[in-house]
Amino acid sequence: MSETEKKSHILDVHDLEVEFETDQGIVHAVRGVTYEVNEGEIVGLVGESGSGKSVSMYSVMGLLAENGHIRAGDIKLDGRDIARDAFANKKEYEKAMEEIRGRQMSMIFQDPLTFLNPTRTIGDQICEVIMNHNKVTREEARAKAIDLMTQVGIPSPEKRIRQYPFEFSGGMRQRIIIAIALANKPRLVIADEPTTALDVTIQAQVLDLIKDLSRKNGSSVILITHDLGVVASLCDYIYIMYGGKIVESGTDREIFYDPRHPYTIGLLNCINNPEADEQKELKPIPGSPPDLLKPPAGCPFVDRCEKAMNICRNRMPSYTQYTENHKAMCWLDEVKRRQEEKHD
Amino acid sequence: MTENNVILKVEHLKTYFDVTKGLFAKKQYVKAVDDVSFEIHEGETFGLVGESGCGKSSLGRTLMRIYDPTDGTVLYKGKDITKLKGEQLKEFYRSAQLIFQDPYASLDPRMTVGEIIREPMQIHKLYKTKEEEEEHVVELLKTVGLKPDHIRRYPHEFSGGQRQRISIARTLALNPEFIVCDEPISALDVSIQAQIINLLERIQNERGISYLFIAHDLSMVKHISDRIGVMYLGHMMEVGDADELYRNPMHPYSQALLSAVPIPDPETGKSRERIHLQGELPSPLNPPSGCPFRTRCPFASERCAEGMPELKDYNGRLVACFKTEQENQ
Repeated sequence: MSETEKKSHILDVHDLEVEFETDQGIVHAVRGVTYEVNEGEIVGLVGESGSGKSVSMYSVMGLLAENGHIRAGDIKLDGRDIARDAFANKKEYEKAMEEIRGRQMSMIFQDPLTFLNPTRTIGDQICEVIMNHNKVTREEARAKAIDLMTQVGIPSPEKRIRQYPFEFSGGMRQRIIIAIALANKPRLVIADEPTTALDVTIQAQVLDLIKDLSRKNGSSVILITHDLGVVASLCDYIYIMYGGKIVESGTDREIFYDPRHPYTIGLLNCINNPEADEQKELKPIPGSPPDLLKPPAGCPFVDRCEKAMNICRNRMPSYTQYTENHKAMCWLDEVKRRQEEKHD
Repeated sequence: MTENNVILKVEHLKTYFDVTKGLFAKKQYVKAVDDVSFEIHEGETFGLVGESGCGKSSLGRTLMRIYDPTDGTVLYKGKDITKLKGEQLKEFYRSAQLIFQDPYASLDPRMTVGEIIREPMQIHKLYKTKEEEEEHVVELLKTVGLKPDHIRRYPHEFSGGQRQRISIARTLALNPEFIVCDEPISALDVSIQAQIINLLERIQNERGISYLFIAHDLSMVKHISDRIGVMYLGHMMEVGDADELYRNPMHPYSQALLSAVPIPDPETGKSRERIHLQGELPSPLNPPSGCPFRTRCPFASERCAEGMPELKDYNGRLVACFKTEQENQ
């Protein structure tokens, strides 16, 4: 990849490894993942619980729990190194991250009620993020907050700005969170299961809102989710995570129409497309995800894969590149490729 | 379909919750289930969908007599179960069971898997000896895809999907003919959901059990259900054959609800038109007059404020809407 191309990436994460110390031992939650997010792109990060999808993003934001730490890897935001190692000490890192969070990148959480402070008005909480990052007066911040509330579709914002979180419904609270996240027009928005707690009609409203506002502001979005329907209808590019690894990545069409990794294929086989006239039989993936206290030496999917070979158990597969964007981490294609090379 | 293969017939069922605040305050009710009628046939899966607060779980729990109905009748195999007490109610529970949403909360952490599955057999004195019970427990474990040696383990040793298998085994301990499944897969991961759905389908094929399947995941409901009922604010808005209803929803609410389902296909998912509903679900404490959906309905007219339209039959599809009535006259 050339230097000029690299510059257009908003986020570059390279070989990130994250561990948690627990009473049972060390959990290897993220085991060497690499992401790139381009300007203005909506990227989906798909995986089941425990796949490491949220943890990898919390590491980027510098919001890991006390017992977690980044063991290795580079994180670059807009070309600037923001990994913990790039700073002299913890204090400097925290100070820099406080500047970055809310201004250059921000986060939309799954449950708006735990994110909002129940004892302060909505207005206070939106104004806070504006005033922290801009030199504005209280009145100016308030006017901006009302403008933001209008943008996210909250009726009569002049009145509602004085209300408390409990006075809003779930969907309206999520709109407030979006208003706060987008207040300073960040370059990158990380949305962690933003609609999982919402009903389907409200979910549709909120997803449209995220899409429209990110287009308008030119922000890139990383959408963390387990819902393949949501990913298909919103994302341009998709990463599939399993057992702390990215097993496959590609454009939306490559992932849905030409999946290569047995896990991606398995996932697509166990969901139902309600639009399809013929109801296909669901083909579940047997077994359950690996224990990341003792991650397998080889492919994390080996125990559930019907095509598993001996080599899968012992050695981690490398990536096979299919197109410019599309790659998967699987021995099947790797072995095939090597055989072809031998014949040539 | 003839009357005699109806296993459950619900007529004008109402479940109101008293939420009056203070001793002398005006009586206030949440009408969780308001005048709902429908039938479930033998061996069929009836899917119940709707958004949170629409009353689908309250309806399921009323059918199981966890909540007492305010009014109306529930005929289970021809017998009204709304007034059952004591021994008769216990008898009803032998043939009707419930699977809960959260397999972490519904299993007692201090009991072994064997004890959990054995408990209903002991309560109903199904077997004379311990050996017979044990044999039956092992058989059930195999049915739901667990191993016989799991019998002495505790729930915390199992994953979410396996726990849901344990609770299904317990549900099957009494050989029920009717099971209410209250969001049995929504706490599980995608790859595990399909395992549980296939297990429920296999059990149904082997034993001819009827299901009431309550869920908010509309794509999975379509997959498992033969017929589907759509609820909104305590009312049944539309009932019909699952495939037909998804292909051609008639009620404006069903249309909006189904258009909002995210489709796992980038081409159709990104291009399709959604019907945007204005606003949110009204408070069930203070529902709109007439049709509860009229405040968000794109077709609402004055008439809709005056009274609740009845569920009417249009070639086998039941729809409660004045607009549909007018168009089909």
